[in-house]
Parts: sequence; structure tokens; C-alpha cells
Amino acid sequence: MDTATLLTFLFFIFMLSMVLGCEIISKVPSTLHTPLMSGSNAISGITIVGALIAAGVAGDDTLSVVLGTMAVALATINVVGGYLVTDRMLAMFKKKEPKERK
Amino acid sequence: MKFAVEIIYIIAAFLFIFGLKMLSSPATARRGNLLSAMGMLLAVIVTLLHRDILDFRWIVVGLIIGTVVGALAARWVAMTAMPGMVGLLNGSGGLASLLVAWEAYHRDRAPDAFTATTIVLSVIIGGVTFTGSVLAWAKLAERITGRPILFSGQQIVNGLLLAATVTGGMVYCLNPEANYPIFIALLVLALLLGITSVLPIGGADMPVVISLLNSYSGLAGCATGFVLKNNILIVTGSLVGASGLILTQIMCKAMNRSLANVLFSGFGAVVKKSVARAQGEVKPISAEDAYVILESARSVVFVPGYGLAVAQAQHAARELGELLEANGTEVRYAIHPVAGRMPGHMNVLLAEANIPYDQLFEMDAVNPVMDTVDVCIIVGANDVVNPAASEDKGSPIYGMPIIEAARARTVIVLKRSMAAGFAGIENHLFSKDNTRMLFGDAKASLQSLVAEFKSA
Repeated sequence: MDTATLLTFLFFIFMLSMVLGCEIISKVPSTLHTPLMSGSNAISGITIVGALIAAGVAGDDTLSVVLGTMAVALATINVVGGYLVTDRMLAMFKKKEPKERK
Repeated sequence: MKFAVEIIYIIAAFLFIFGLKMLSSPATARRGNLLSAMGMLLAVIVTLLHRDILDFRWIVVGLIIGTVVGALAARWVAMTAMPGMVGLLNGSGGLASLLVAWEAYHRDRAPDAFTATTIVLSVIIGGVTFTGSVLAWAKLAERITGRPILFSGQQIVNGLLLAATVTGGMVYCLNPEANYPIFIALLVLALLLGITSVLPIGGADMPVVISLLNSYSGLAGCATGFVLKNNILIVTGSLVGASGLILTQIMCKAMNRSLANVLFSGFGAVVKKSVARAQGEVKPISAEDAYVILESARSVVFVPGYGLAVAQAQHAARELGELLEANGTEVRYAIHPVAGRMPGHMNVLLAEANIPYDQLFEMDAVNPVMDTVDVCIIVGANDVVNPAASEDKGSPIYGMPIIEAARARTVIVLKRSMAAGFAGIENHLFSKDNTRMLFGDAKASLQSLVAEFKSA
């Protein structure tokens, strides 16, 4: 695939997922907006994919190694912290237990 | 092999999308988050199989450090500090994408024009996200003053910084190979820009900043995706970008302000004097008298504000709510979109106190039935129930949608003193005829009401 075709393809994906994102997110009720923000923030830690490659191919260059390793650590904080804290919040949301009227 | 990897990435993207979709109901939300996390795990594992990765030592080091720090932070953060936590997590993501782009350029000094552009975008957005988020956290945690920091010529300084960044970015993109120093300058400029653009924004507006920066970090992820020609980065980046944008929009609407006003106006820098002075007198009430009113009420609406969380009064509120229900009273909690420190923050704080989510109502659901409510108890909320927003054209919050508590038969306000709210505006509600003030610490007041119920 030549570069122009690839780019068109990537931009097309970008456009579609932007539309899809807006559709899905606007359906989230306001009760869950905080977990939504921390959860989507965890998803943005997907940079970890780039960071892993950066750290893995780094080789002998010291600066590359340092940059790659730091990137992996930071992206992991974003991912792990984000998912765990979201789970901690969502675990607290409970429906009312049906009680007998006294 | 390459094909198999791409397929797995597509599955991961599907899990992210589906996970977000399950967030549309509190009943499925937790499983949705788990699905999304599994998507991330898949993406990580499959990336580790990448043929370019030769050396796993540093990856392991980074993964261990990140996991330990992230897990501890998530475990120990207080629910009240959640907006700052999201800010910090977002900041580390931003810094990570800056570093990835830097490493990509460091390894290959002669990227083509398109790659150079996306590298620059990643660095600029990542840098602004990082310092901006850390500063937003510092303001929220009151490590520095929450008031907007303004100085003369600030707009000009910011404008110059932005112009320098754009110019530098273009110069770099034209010839990346010869311009390593310019790249470093750009990096520093981006970090500076994050600081200078958040400084003039007040602490009350930090949630808007955090959600906007969240959306930036999503877009930074997209840019990185274009650098690496990686689909999954683009898909997830735009999902996050969209969620940040929508939440930013929701918050601005709830405060009746434009995004430009939030970002550039230095709102709350000076305590503004309301045009109309409050009329009528403030009528205090004792806990005993408040109990008599509550005891005979058929429906009660709590309006919680951030003051409730500060006083750690959520559990006392839940206890009072349960006693009222046992007494045959209908209990609801009315939640303003900007109650707490970010959208939905108050819901989390109340959920933490075991208040079932089906008792939590949005502003728009409560306002139409407010006339039928016997007692509206305001705990630690101020600006979001201020009638000045609809009555006083001179008020800085004029036009902001509010919970119309004043229309309830009786309003009981739990408040420490007559001090003004976060926006520094006097509240006319406190001197209305049907308003009674129960002065004191919110938690102590709620507990004394609970005690009245129990002793009866």
C-alpha cells in the first residue's frame, strides 16, 4: 500500500471512531461521568503500545533506553491506575435492595 | 504473523468500544470496565510479540514500576480527591506519549514530513497535557492557590509562546534531520505552555481543564497512532478525545459559560459584588425544630454539594435518609451537573456512602416536581441553588441552570456560616421566607438530626 492510500485509510478510521465515540459517550448517564472520565483516561494509556516498542527496540543508545523505559513506566501508571480506580468507583454503585415496608 | 497481530488489535478495539458502551448503565458498568481492561491486556501482550522488540529487560523494569505506582495510587486515593487523581493519571499518559515521540525521533533522525508532523503534535499535546494536568492537580489539592493567577500582558505572553511553538514546529517539520535543537526547544515550549495556559484559570474550573486535557491526551494518542501507522492507537485515541470533548461541553453548559470564558476570563479572580443586595432576614433553626418539620414531611430532597464531602458527612446523610424512609417519607437526592469537583463526582461520593443510585436524580428530573416537595435539605451546596442565577441579571452566575430549591415548601440549609460559595457570590436563597438556616458543621448537624429521630 502506498503512503497516500494508507493515510486515507488511517484518517477514515479516525473519522469513524470519532463519530462512534461521540455516539457512545453521549449515552452515558451523568451518574457515571466520573468513572467514564477515569475509564476513558485508562484507555488513553494505550500509548503503552508505542512505549513498549520504544523500550524494546531501544538497543544500546542510553537516551533511547531511558526514554523508552520511562515511557513504559508512565503509560503503565496511566493504565493500571486508571482501570483499578475506575473499578473501585464502579464497585460502590449499588441498586436499592428491595425492602419490606414497615 | 503481522496479520494475526492486527486482528488481535481489532479485537482489543472492539473490547474498548463495547466496554464503554456498557458504561451506559450502572448495572453493567463494572463488567464494561473489566472488558476494556482485558482489551488493554490483549493489546499489551500482542505488542510484546512484535518482531522489532529484541530486549525485554527495560520493558519489565518499566512495567513493574508502573504497576506498583499505579496500583498503590488507585488503592489509596480518597474519593474526594478523584478529580486530581484523574488529572495526574492523564498527565502521566501525556508525558508517556511525549517520550515515545522523542524516542522515535531520537532513533530515526530523518523521519518523513508526515511522521515529523505527528511527532511534533505528540510532543506538543503530550507536553501541554503533562504540565497542565499536574498544575490542575496542584490547584485542586490546594498545593498552590486556587485563585486564577493573573499578571499584566499574560495573554500576550501566552500568544507569543503559542506563536513560537507553531513556528518552531513548522521549521522542524521542514527539515527534521538538522533541527534536533529546535525539537528540544519545542519540547520545553510545550511544557511551558501547559503551565502558562492553566495558571489564569481558577480552581473551580479545574475539572473543565482536566476533561479538556483528557481529550487532548486522546488526540495525542491519535497522533502517535499516525506516527506508528497503528490503528488501535487511532481508534482509542479518538474515543478518549470524544469523551473528553463531550464532558467539557456538559460542564460548560452546566455553568452557562463558553469554553473560551472558562479558559481565558480569569473567572473568580476578584470577589464580585452582586448588584442586588439580599433582602429579608436570615432565620436560624434548631435541630429540634428541624426534626419536627422533617418528621411530618412526605417527601424530602437532599441537595448535596462539595461541602458535604469536605465535612465527610455522606454517611450521616445516608443514615438520615434511611430514617426518613423508615418514617414513610420519600427520599431523593438532587444532583447538579457540577456538584462536587467534576461531573458525576457527587454520585461517586454518595455511592461510597452506600446510597443506592436509583435515589440519585439529575437536576432536570427534580426541578419539575420541586413544587410538590415538602422539605429540601441543602448540605454544603451554595452556588448551584442560588436563585440569583435566574433572578439577578447583574450576578456573575446569571443564566446558570440551578436546582430550584426555593420552590420547595420548606428549605433547610445546613451551613457553617454565612460565607459566600466557591464563586464568591452572595446567596439570596438564605434569606427567603421559606428558608431556615441550621448553622454548624454539616456532619454534626446531620448527626444531631439523626439523634432526634432515634430518640423519638
